[in-house]
Amino acid sequence: MAGASTDTAIRTSAPVRVLIYLLLILFALFYLLPLFVMSINSVKPLGEITGGNMIALPTVWTLDPWRSAWSTAQIGVEPTGLKPYFMNSILMALPAVLLSTFFGALNGYVLTKWSFRGDKILFGLLLFSCFIPFQIVLIPMARLLGLMGLAGSTPGLVLVHFVYGIGFTTLYFRNYYAAFPTELVRAAQIDGAGFFRIFWRILLPSSGPIIAVSFIWQFTNIWNDFLFGASFADLDSMPMTVALNNLVSSSTGVKEYNVHFAGAIMAAAPTLLVYIVAGRYFVRGLMAGSVKG
Amino acid sequence: MATTHADADMRTRLQDWLPKIVLAPSVAATLIFVYGFILFTIYLSFTDSRMLPSYDWVGLKNYENLFKLSHWEIAITNLAVFAGLYIVICSVIGLTLAILLDQKIRGEGFLRPIYLYPMALSFIVTGTAWKWMLDPGIGLEHTMHAFGWESFAFDWIKNRDFAIYTVVLAAVWQSSGFTMAMFLAGLRGIDNEILKAAQMDGASNWSLYRRIILPQLRPAFLSAFVILSHLAIKSYDLVIALTGGGPGRATELPATFMYSYTFSRNQMGIGAASAVIMLMTVAAIMVPYLYAELKEKK
Repeated sequence: MAGASTDTAIRTSAPVRVLIYLLLILFALFYLLPLFVMSINSVKPLGEITGGNMIALPTVWTLDPWRSAWSTAQIGVEPTGLKPYFMNSILMALPAVLLSTFFGALNGYVLTKWSFRGDKILFGLLLFSCFIPFQIVLIPMARLLGLMGLAGSTPGLVLVHFVYGIGFTTLYFRNYYAAFPTELVRAAQIDGAGFFRIFWRILLPSSGPIIAVSFIWQFTNIWNDFLFGASFADLDSMPMTVALNNLVSSSTGVKEYNVHFAGAIMAAAPTLLVYIVAGRYFVRGLMAGSVKG
Repeated sequence: MATTHADADMRTRLQDWLPKIVLAPSVAATLIFVYGFILFTIYLSFTDSRMLPSYDWVGLKNYENLFKLSHWEIAITNLAVFAGLYIVICSVIGLTLAILLDQKIRGEGFLRPIYLYPMALSFIVTGTAWKWMLDPGIGLEHTMHAFGWESFAFDWIKNRDFAIYTVVLAAVWQSSGFTMAMFLAGLRGIDNEILKAAQMDGASNWSLYRRIILPQLRPAFLSAFVILSHLAIKSYDLVIALTGGGPGRATELPATFMYSYTFSRNQMGIGAASAVIMLMTVAAIMVPYLYAELKEKK
């Protein structure tokens, strides 16, 4: 993980090792339990949940809860299911991810290869913005979005996520480019290459891993956001997390637990998929946000 | 001739300015959307804003009222309980798992992602899962009854005195794997030669950990503390999805307090004041940490 060897010098005896494996497996079961419960109960008829137990496999398998959660469950006024909100989340996340990554890359490039007086302070200002509790910006943001005519719209949410994502993406690229040999940049400069040419031809081609980190981290964060979605979206632009919460906490009618579980899995699926495919980069992003790069 | 010279001059001057021009939009956005907005909210916290921002100065009145509200007192007491338990339990589980995983475990590459995947989920998903798993009507209690253990009772999520602990449980489930990853990175950075030398001197595993390894994990402890405490202060989604702040006000946190006072109770001045308190708490932890990190890196 940190690049160092996985070999520890500590030696353990056989009985101790059995105990270690046992504990590790127990913990794995603890982490898997909610996913297991959600999965099996999302393919059960409601009667088997209210009448049976939560960790039993279904006796009757059914995909109806999934169909209902996706296309017919009552979320807002209309029984649309979660589908339109899933699309909202995609339309919100993709542009915000691309924009924040693009600006993060340029910022990182400037801050490491074209340093100037006061750049450290600017970076500090950008960095602190990653950690503010967003409650502090909710009121003015709501006002500004209203003034700009972006209140309750997906472009408004894109703007919000883009702006509050720059800090993290800048951090990633700055740490990554700091390790990139500055001599190469200087040599290209002497050969007459300009600012953008150097970025485009020299830095960007070797930025694959950090672009992956930035994409994944931003996508996960934006997809999973609830606070901004709940504050700034209206019924038509609600992202998936807000729609799921509405579905689960709506107090009208019978509580369709199986539909809730199916919906929760749908909301989890994109980030989970990204994690399964590119978990390595996800962990790197997490660590860069805490223990430096 | 003279024009081309001037052109070239312009070009180099542009090249000099280009980096700053490229950085400018991000800096401007941050100055407005982060620092400008912070100042605006601070200003509002000194006004009698209710449903809409107002600019009538009332001094510290909102802060005085805030700290007289039992609702706020509950929120900060809950935060203290929640953050304390969350940080301690995550650290204990994280450190334990990291140490266990560091014993040349077969299948580490299989287990580690299992411990970490909750971190990729939305708190709304986590909240939904645990809400129904802990619900006495269909969850754990119901399941135990179905197995024939009729007297089993577990209704914490519906119980005013215990509901906050269910928030701790779900939050620990989500973040302890991440804490493990921080400690594991720390453990993997420790020099084995020192350990081997101590072993030659006959040191037991216990004393290796107590005297050599744990002291070297100080930076990992610090990072874990800083990251977890700022996550705890910002906690909002999980409470909304898991308990909605209830039963009653049993699981209200400053974040949920701020939201309901600002947007549903039309007490924007008080909402702004609570947001300022939250920001100051986070800043008190983050600013020294970031400052030290940046300095160290030079």
